[in-house]
Amino acid sequence: MPDIVVALKNITKRFPGVTANNAINFELHGGEIHTLLGENGAGKTTLMNILDGIYRPDGGEIYIDGKRADIHNPADAMAKGIGMIHQHFMLVDTLTVLENVVLGLKSQKLYVNKKAVAGKIRTISDRYSLGIDPYTRIWQLSVGEQQRVEIIKTLFKGARILILDEPTAVLTPQEVRTSFDIYRQMIHEGKSIIFISHKLNEVMEISDRITVLRHGEVIGTVKRAETSKGELANMMVGREILFRLKRKPLKRKKKILRAENVRALDDKGLPALNGVTFDVYGGEIFGLAGVSGNGQKILSQVITGLRKVTSGNIFIEDINVTNASAKKITGQGTNYVPPDRLKVGLVPNLSTMDNAILRRYNRPPISNNYFINYREAAEYTEALIKKYDIKVPRKEAPVKLLSGGNMQKLILAREISENPKLLVVVHPTRGLDVGATELIRKELLKERDNGVAVLLISEDLDEIFMISDRIGVIYEGQILGIVNIEDAEIKRIGLLMAGLKDKSTA
Amino acid sequence: MVIGALFGFIAGNITQSPYLGFLVGMLAGGAASMIHAFISITLRGNQIVSGLALTIFGLGITNFFGQDWINKKFTIPVNPVPVPGLSNIPFIGPILFNQDFFVYFSYVLVLLMWFILFKTKTGIHLRAVGENARAADAMGVGVNATRYFWTFFGGLLAGAGGAYLTLVYAPFWLDGITAGRGWIAVALVIFAMWNPLYAIIGAFIFGGIDSLQFQLQAAGTTIPSSLLNMQPYLLTLLVVIAATIIVRTRHIGTPGELGVPYAREEK
Repeated sequence: MPDIVVALKNITKRFPGVTANNAINFELHGGEIHTLLGENGAGKTTLMNILDGIYRPDGGEIYIDGKRADIHNPADAMAKGIGMIHQHFMLVDTLTVLENVVLGLKSQKLYVNKKAVAGKIRTISDRYSLGIDPYTRIWQLSVGEQQRVEIIKTLFKGARILILDEPTAVLTPQEVRTSFDIYRQMIHEGKSIIFISHKLNEVMEISDRITVLRHGEVIGTVKRAETSKGELANMMVGREILFRLKRKPLKRKKKILRAENVRALDDKGLPALNGVTFDVYGGEIFGLAGVSGNGQKILSQVITGLRKVTSGNIFIEDINVTNASAKKITGQGTNYVPPDRLKVGLVPNLSTMDNAILRRYNRPPISNNYFINYREAAEYTEALIKKYDIKVPRKEAPVKLLSGGNMQKLILAREISENPKLLVVVHPTRGLDVGATELIRKELLKERDNGVAVLLISEDLDEIFMISDRIGVIYEGQILGIVNIEDAEIKRIGLLMAGLKDKSTA
Repeated sequence: MVIGALFGFIAGNITQSPYLGFLVGMLAGGAASMIHAFISITLRGNQIVSGLALTIFGLGITNFFGQDWINKKFTIPVNPVPVPGLSNIPFIGPILFNQDFFVYFSYVLVLLMWFILFKTKTGIHLRAVGENARAADAMGVGVNATRYFWTFFGGLLAGAGGAYLTLVYAPFWLDGITAGRGWIAVALVIFAMWNPLYAIIGAFIFGGIDSLQFQLQAAGTTIPSSLLNMQPYLLTLLVVIAATIIVRTRHIGTPGELGVPYAREEK
């Protein structure tokens, strides 16, 4: 029997409208790397935030070394030897590594004995081959090195159980190599690690055991040696019943969007799209599935003119719009429902009316080239509100006061009203309640029936299956496969999402 | 600063003690800074607007309470105390070590602040709270308490500057006697890139230019005095422009969250 250092029993956590964790059981053995695997929103981070004391569970118990533990905050967790490395680093850029370590220490007196602290940092750094100099300033370090500083911070305070929340998401492939060596070294030195991830390749490489979460529930715990990527993919996405919304038969019209071997870089200047080629036709919904971070966001940005491509071409109805301005692309008939409602879709502090006219404030009848005709603007807004049943306190109130569903309806209404040829829709129902979700999906189907080409980018496979006519799967910046909905099997899509092109379950 | 200047001056005259006057001037500055702290930390208002409003308020309130004190003098002289030995060093001896108590106090203060800022846990907390409040909060540092404390401390120092002006340097009260010296102090902080050791060097340069205009006028120069009077302010402008360029290209100087209010629940 291995010693069980952490046991979570029946942990339940509810947020308004969702149960993030439902009676979860989880065990961490001493000296193992145990992965929590699941799609975005499966409840992995929530569960770990509970163990770290950031959230309090609504039900269930935590046992550390077999003893019942009551963890109220991260300091409690730390006192029990648990340290969590978050996705967003908690580091002060302009301070040195040493100063960042001292920042979290209760034990230090007023005067900081820098020599002693530096010595201890060096010892930790050498033991785990972290290669961190205590006197370097944080801004001079790469992201991978900064992560190692976070590890030093927790080890310095005596952590023996480390929670790593998607540590590889921000790393380059080379840095991932190094960090895996470091994790193994930590295990070798007697630490235990909980590793959160949704990347199957990495999970299969580093884990001893894997627990799969889906919709806040444990699907199962398996040993790495006894499982395969295919099985894990199925556990992650596998669903029993898939219902489809009723719809008219597909009436495919002419080609609207063509992407040809498109390549683009992400914000960090790393390749995010590695030769994407696909077409979307009028009258169809093309669903783009994929595990998050495989280039979906970048793709939506290059198509809508918010990001430059490095090579390749994008056509709208045979007009080359590669690297054209967003305004020109919109003029060609592309409209966009962005993934981030409040940051990209709306101007939060402007009123519902101001947001509603954002696409047409500069042309008649709302504008006469010099002034805005507020009567026209108000009438137009009223019409949108009525037609799409948007619940608005007052149309003069800041739009940020609307509920998520009503914000999304407003954006969709605004974009659809431009009579687009191509509608690019990203995560249209994320975080919405059931009613709003269904309404949005029905609107998308209506647009399809009207002959609009709809590109639906979503991480919600249910949604993709429910309304798409064709499904493409993006993996590491490439479209791995495109299937018609009639031939689409969820297993096959799951495998493609995991980066497995053929049917073998490697 | 102007609040410290007036109330220090009044207290000095009433108690007939420059030292008590100085203390009251500091406390008056500290009290005024709490208005700024409440607006910008608790209410999370815009610090620039709050700061500007506070200076206008300072000029106004001192104009009101200073009516009866205009052109009165503070008559108790604060005499220089030569430091034995050091004051005999040729050239710099008389400059640096034949001064009054308050000047020596400023030397000690600079060294002390440098030590606190860069050698103690308190200093790390102070800098962390100004650079990345969220990280500091996550590490268990009380962000608002730290910000309040150091804003108060800054107010004390500004008050001290004002009190020195009316009790020792001038020593009399005039409406708006500080004449924008507080702004020069702001430029000085930028010039010094938030390091007290550089700040004192900068202070000597600014002070030197300030007194140069009197020296030149006394020497009977033909340069119009209005041009000479302009010098410290011109220098201030140049320093701010230069510092902005330097800060943009290098990761030094301006704290990352200068003027940024902190709210825990916001993303």
